[in-house]
Amino acid sequence: MNDISMKDLKNKATEMRMKVVDMIYKAQSGHPGGSLSAAEFVTACYFKYMNVDPENPKWEDRDRMVLSKGHVCPIQYACLGTLGFFPEEVLDTLRKEGSPLQGHPSMIKCPGIDISTGSLGQGMACAAGMALGGKMNKKDYKVFCVLGDGESQEGIIWEGANTANKYKLDNFIVFVDDNGLQLDGPCDEIMPNGDLGEKFKAFGWDVCYINGNDMEEVCKALDWCYSDEAQNGNPKAIIGKTVKGKGVSFMENQVGWHGVAPNDEQYAQAMEELKAQLI
Amino acid sequence: MSELKKIPTRNGFGDEIVAVGKDHPEVVVLDIDIGKSCKTQDFRKELPDQYINVGIAEQNGAAVAAGLATCGKVPFVVTYAAFGSMRICEMIRQEICYTNLNVKIACSHGGFTPANDGASHQAIEDMGILRTIPNISIMMPADYNQARKLVRAAAETYGPMYLRFTRDAMEQVYGPDVEFEIGKAYQIQDGKDVAIIANGDTVSLAIKAAKELEAKGISARVLDMHTIKPLDVDAVKACVEEIGKVITVEDHNIINGLGSAVCEVAAEMGKGIVKRIGIQDQFGESAPYERLLAKNGITVENIVATAEALQ
Repeated sequence: MNDISMKDLKNKATEMRMKVVDMIYKAQSGHPGGSLSAAEFVTACYFKYMNVDPENPKWEDRDRMVLSKGHVCPIQYACLGTLGFFPEEVLDTLRKEGSPLQGHPSMIKCPGIDISTGSLGQGMACAAGMALGGKMNKKDYKVFCVLGDGESQEGIIWEGANTANKYKLDNFIVFVDDNGLQLDGPCDEIMPNGDLGEKFKAFGWDVCYINGNDMEEVCKALDWCYSDEAQNGNPKAIIGKTVKGKGVSFMENQVGWHGVAPNDEQYAQAMEELKAQLI
Repeated sequence: MSELKKIPTRNGFGDEIVAVGKDHPEVVVLDIDIGKSCKTQDFRKELPDQYINVGIAEQNGAAVAAGLATCGKVPFVVTYAAFGSMRICEMIRQEICYTNLNVKIACSHGGFTPANDGASHQAIEDMGILRTIPNISIMMPADYNQARKLVRAAAETYGPMYLRFTRDAMEQVYGPDVEFEIGKAYQIQDGKDVAIIANGDTVSLAIKAAKELEAKGISARVLDMHTIKPLDVDAVKACVEEIGKVITVEDHNIINGLGSAVCEVAAEMGKGIVKRIGIQDQFGESAPYERLLAKNGITVENIVATAEALQ
């Protein structure tokens, strides 16, 4: 765990958002909406909680991060580039030929990616496998996994949830980026999820509900995952209510910003708005 | 070969995986409930710390295995071939092959060998479907002893692999000391008039056919192509160059299996003739195993007749 103030962590999340917008603008391709909604959780993990070594990305004792909703990888790339897993200028190569920063994360191309994802649902079960591997190898690391609420419609999510319960994977922390929208529209309209927290509880998980865009609540939830009482055999689900496109006014809660890049004017406005959010 | 007791090749997997697991603590068996049927019960009993059972959740099983492989484990995902190829096809592609992780998919019930179970359980497309995915190796041993050798080789060789075993008992072809190399055809006998290339449960048919052909004055080279990917291209080329007449025999759809793989080589060479014996692009049914083969012309008699017609 790294010593970082709440103010610095909040600013980090804003900086990561700016990098996300910048990368997607330069690529003229990518998924801004979900990358922005998950920013607090992914930033908190990488800059405060995760034990990783940019010089040794495959270090076997490292904490793992799996974006099961792989299309929001710009937020992960922003963190990895900032931490020095690769030179920061590589961020400008997102989705370009020869780049380690594939449109969906590839563990064989990009240092710091713990498993390739992009086909929804599978990352959840892979992450459960990593947490199980940690238990079998008697390691102390934790596995963090970001799910989409839309993604939770995949059956394999619940198969993975079963496995995590059976094998008592209390080292497994899932963040559900509950932004309420999926590609074709509002989740409630496309396929209602009901209460995702109650579903996880029914699978034997410890569950908390937070505002996923409130850094203090994110940290409080993660602090609890590290507490003594949380080492109880139960995997953890943090249901984070978030705003898709958070931080950029015209992207917020807009289905249309799931997978499109900003134009010149939109880019300038987005960067200006985000800059104003630095404290 | 016929005087020995017939044994399903799934038993070869079940016996060898215990020995492999004892030698290599990183080897993990990941069952998807049907371990008893796939012969992992001894492993479960003897090596409980290396044993996982995810219940009836194939897709999850494959992805959990990928996660375990990133932690240095060598997981063997165990199920039936129909499910281990098709139900989890995309997990094999995305999380095991694209990632080039050291996961082995070990499947019983290959081809028509779950004969009484009917078409739902008879995997006739598996090797062809998986053959189109980069990075994977695909094997089907002919008998118990070869199964043991290939299981050990798979555990000790890095990379994604698919191994296909038989539910039903197969004749024993090899002694316990014969060695095999992944990706290298095993020549059972040499010949000059026709080459018969078989894999898995059809190898014993090829050997019998070669004997009958010998009595008719036709000399057959018999190759056991236990690995269809990577294919031993040199061995196929040698058959085409030196003999020119090739028969493939497989307990798999004739589309995209061993026969297709051999044809691809011959076609690019622009010479030779290949006749494919295999499942005639039709589903099976609940019936005796030999009857299912016979309905598709996968018989000693048909191999002999095809060879004679080529002369």
